[in-house]
Amino acid sequence: MGKTIINKSSLRISENGLEKKTSSKRLEVLKTYKIYIGGQFPRTESGRYYIPVNASGKKLANVCLSSRKDFRDAVVAARSAFSGWSSRAAFNRGQILYRMAEMLEGRKLQFIDELIQQDATKAKAEKEVDLAIDRLIYYAGWCDKFQQLFSSVNPVATSHFNFSVPEPTGVVSIIAPQGDSLPGLVSVIAPAIAGGNTCVVLASETKPLCAVTFAEVLNSSDLPGGVVNILTGKPSELASWFVDHMDVNATIYCEKDSITQKMIREKSALNLKRVTFYDKVNWYSGEGQSPYFIMDTQEIKTTWHPVENIAGAGGGY
Amino acid sequence: MPVTKKKTAAKKSNTIKLKFDTSWSYDPAPESKSAATIKPRYDLFINGEWQKPAGNKYFATINPANEEKLSEVAEANTADVDKAVRAARNAYEKYWKKMPAKERAKYVFRIARMVQEKARELAIIETLDGGKPIRESRDFDVPTAANHFFYYAGWADKLEYAFPNRRTEPLGVAGQIIPWNFPLLMAAWKIAPAISTGNTVVLKTAETTPLTALKLAEIIEEADLPPGVVNIITGAGETGAAIVNHPDVNKIAFTGSTDVGKIIQRAVAGTDKKVTLELGGKAANIIFEDAPIDQAVEGVINGIYFNQGHVCCAGSRLYVQESVAKQVIRKLKDRMESLIVGDPLDKNTDIGAINSRSQLETIQKYVKIGKQEGAEMYESSCSLPRKGFWCRPTLFTNVAQSNRIAQEEIFGPVLSILTFRTDDEVIEKANNSPYGLSAGVWTDKGSKIFNMTKRMRAGVIWANTFNKFDPSSPFGGYKESGFGREGGLHGLSAYVSLKV
Repeated sequence: MGKTIINKSSLRISENGLEKKTSSKRLEVLKTYKIYIGGQFPRTESGRYYIPVNASGKKLANVCLSSRKDFRDAVVAARSAFSGWSSRAAFNRGQILYRMAEMLEGRKLQFIDELIQQDATKAKAEKEVDLAIDRLIYYAGWCDKFQQLFSSVNPVATSHFNFSVPEPTGVVSIIAPQGDSLPGLVSVIAPAIAGGNTCVVLASETKPLCAVTFAEVLNSSDLPGGVVNILTGKPSELASWFVDHMDVNATIYCEKDSITQKMIREKSALNLKRVTFYDKVNWYSGEGQSPYFIMDTQEIKTTWHPVENIAGAGGGY
Repeated sequence: MPVTKKKTAAKKSNTIKLKFDTSWSYDPAPESKSAATIKPRYDLFINGEWQKPAGNKYFATINPANEEKLSEVAEANTADVDKAVRAARNAYEKYWKKMPAKERAKYVFRIARMVQEKARELAIIETLDGGKPIRESRDFDVPTAANHFFYYAGWADKLEYAFPNRRTEPLGVAGQIIPWNFPLLMAAWKIAPAISTGNTVVLKTAETTPLTALKLAEIIEEADLPPGVVNIITGAGETGAAIVNHPDVNKIAFTGSTDVGKIIQRAVAGTDKKVTLELGGKAANIIFEDAPIDQAVEGVINGIYFNQGHVCCAGSRLYVQESVAKQVIRKLKDRMESLIVGDPLDKNTDIGAINSRSQLETIQKYVKIGKQEGAEMYESSCSLPRKGFWCRPTLFTNVAQSNRIAQEEIFGPVLSILTFRTDDEVIEKANNSPYGLSAGVWTDKGSKIFNMTKRMRAGVIWANTFNKFDPSSPFGGYKESGFGREGGLHGLSAYVSLKV
């Protein structure tokens, strides 16, 4: 791959704020930003939209303002996908995460373009996309290894074989880091699905473009529909539904907002969701990735079985 | 017609019904109370001293087998809790945090040894205060409690090996609230990992079973732990709430009902307190037609009648494959007849007293509900002592999945029996519960065991066995049975924060 060059000379801001290529002879086809539920790309059932604006005042797109019903549909999709995804071979999950990285690599330019629209400099945009790709590769590698690291064979005193292994907790609702568009999103999705969970993710409210395009990457990556569901909209409106739902097993929230954190912990008591706050993580540093993020959405299962112990048979031969 | 059919089936059975009304009765073999010392009154163990409660209130603790008062214990109020937390904080900053880990370990080893030395006394008191058979307190509760201290003591100076690429730090002051079903063992499950990893502790015993934990406080005093490292207080729900709500507590560890667990989760919202919850269960115990039936029946009996069914992981939902259901149910009924119900101090007793009047009422309420819902009740024909709280071993057949006795935790010696035909059906039924603490499966086929144990959503799964515990084996639930693990390597994470 050669060096990436973004030609911005042809980009103009039109009166309605949406971007147009005025210099080209043909009219540019604009992209409709949809949400991603169960492997499908619907618009929100509510018919609502909002228009995020970048720092220079440019309107980014008519983005879906997802509703509670969209979230519930997404949970149904995630729950249906759970049994299949969690019983895939860990090796296979690793291959699919790797495939996601391949697809993202191939669409680098589009992501860089969107990141620039969402206020990143070109250098920063390139760095962010590279980081997102590398993070997927990182977790692709963990898929069939973290179990070995966090399992144990327990030396019980009775005549039993006893072992403990991590298993995915189930459906995880995630409110993605709101401060950036891509690295944060990938950093919270990848560990959850690497461990066999399925998830419903709410993208950054102000920078949603990459999230929707990332859904397109997922859709062409052999990732079964419903494993990752991506909504766009307002955390202020949807956060409480993300933690209210009785068929969600865990919730991840990444902001420092203490009022929302309190609300999430209170509501999680409904069905004792596992709650994790990543409000102190710097996703751009080395601490933004580790197998401990995978373990945050894992349960430990311990299995016992008797070992035959016949008096007189002894341990010898 | 149906009557004739039944008769034919009975004739075809080639086993003989066992008779238990013959010369098979045991002579009484009571353990002696004289090997235990119970003081008439216990104060609060705070900062290494026995302190009078601020409110100067005491409440009686009784022997549920005869309703006689054993002793009276202090009722800790908010001021007492505050005093205990301050003592724990002080001990954390002043001694425990700074102490070399290998020295901390030696204190915990010392406790383990002293529990072993006083095992007989502790077992007697456990049985007197809680009503469980002396055979269980002697052979299970007390030795396992000692082993827990011994197991975690050894971890204290090896924590850098437990979490790859991370360093551990203790959390600070741990507030711990324990239930009445395994009073000493639960105290050990809570205290041992907490202090071994460098935390200090405020532990509240259950209202009806404070005595063995207070005996443990005496042991901790005798072991010469720095004052305030372990504080043991007594009281009811309000005392527990005061611990949960205390601003200077860094961690809450709770074992008890799912309802209270949810209240705790709400109460800590908006704080930085870490929480682990070990809550209720409604374990599915599954018997396939190819199972060794006699062993399975023995396992089911142990699964539901162990400790009068006061076990959060009790196998209270039995799923039997249709082809063997008749046989299993008959054998279960026979085996129930042979269970000895009565004086908990008698070494031959299988089933002791129900822990409290209120728990007995809960159990009776559910038995009534079961009958109203149309299930068929069967209970052992054993006679019950006149005084105290007793419940015959009971089972229900013709139970529907939607019945409350198949959905809700009864916490008593009451078994609900359901049937199934296929693997997929029983998995669906077994997992159809808000709980996910434990499960059991009985089959002679290895590949089926792994299929079932993998697909059942529960934290502890027993295959061809049930109700087994070990300090090295993590215990804890999925879903509404709580989160976090106790025991083993995984039990350490509940009491440390990980640093890069």
